[in-house]
Amino acid sequence: MNIWIIMLIAGLLTFTTRLSFIFLLDRIKVPDWFRRGLRFVPVAVLSAIIVPELTSPNGTLLISWHNPQLLAGLVAILVAWRTKNVLLTIAAGMAALIVFQVVLGL
Amino acid sequence: MIAKTRKQEFWSGVWDEAPILLGVAPFGLLFGALAISVQLSNLAAQAMSSIIFAGSAQFIAAQLIGSGTSGLVVLLVVFVVNLRHALYSASVAPHVRNLSPGWKLLLAYLLTDEAYAVTITHYTREGDSPDRHWYFLGAGLTLWSAWQASTAIGIFIGAQIPANWPLGFVLPLTFIALVVPALRDRAGMAAACVAGLVGLLAANFPYKTGLLLAALIGIVTGLVIEGRQK
Repeated sequence: MNIWIIMLIAGLLTFTTRLSFIFLLDRIKVPDWFRRGLRFVPVAVLSAIIVPELTSPNGTLLISWHNPQLLAGLVAILVAWRTKNVLLTIAAGMAALIVFQVVLGL
Repeated sequence: MIAKTRKQEFWSGVWDEAPILLGVAPFGLLFGALAISVQLSNLAAQAMSSIIFAGSAQFIAAQLIGSGTSGLVVLLVVFVVNLRHALYSASVAPHVRNLSPGWKLLLAYLLTDEAYAVTITHYTREGDSPDRHWYFLGAGLTLWSAWQASTAIGIFIGAQIPANWPLGFVLPLTFIALVVPALRDRAGMAAACVAGLVGLLAANFPYKTGLLLAALIGIVTGLVIEGRQK
């Protein structure tokens, strides 16, 4: 298959997936639990992205004091919880990552 | 609370998306450099960033194309990797239902992980401006521009990034900053904890299927806990 055809179809598939429920939700009848479930989408998806980034930063699971990403992530969670401030959370998390990397000699 | 004007909404979307760019730009550079290294033409590499416009799927697609994988397999993989966007689509759908078809098409095109994360946070906060889709547009266009620009730089200059470059860590940090304050009740906490745990256990599943599975199990957990509390 020509690479341009692959890209065009891949783009169309991606776009259709993103459009799917934006287009469909008013047109089809969805069960009540489906609508109630929507409020859990952001916390569930983002948590499922965050946790492996912290626990397996290099592709292998590492839950230990020698994992600077995990320690810095815990610092960030604490700062986010106390301050609810996005920029402060990012700054604290990055600073913690650098400190832990230096302390752990990575 | 006075509703923000369209202009204010647009620029707060731009502003809130901006920190994420620190984490996204290195990936754009890497993608541009990778696409060239697997013998994609400059034009094809750049076109992939604007036609597909989905980071993880582009990395995998470029690698598969480079290794001579059949087109159908590439398409199947791209589809599976991007399935999580259907969840984002369902999640933003109630907020954009009254918009014109043109707006819906445009916002669907811009619905990436990073734009979704800040936009859904904005939508679910207090306040009910009728022009919040301008925020979505601001966030989406900001990410789009950065992705195109960083791809181009990666293509023409290459990705001069050291191996232990830490800026990619801005992405999970931003998501932490968005999720943690949104955990207001037990059902939401349970959804987040279970999704995180399953995500950890399924981290090595291929093509982001672990992420999708974790999110779905987390959502069901939230529903079950919410149902039991009533």
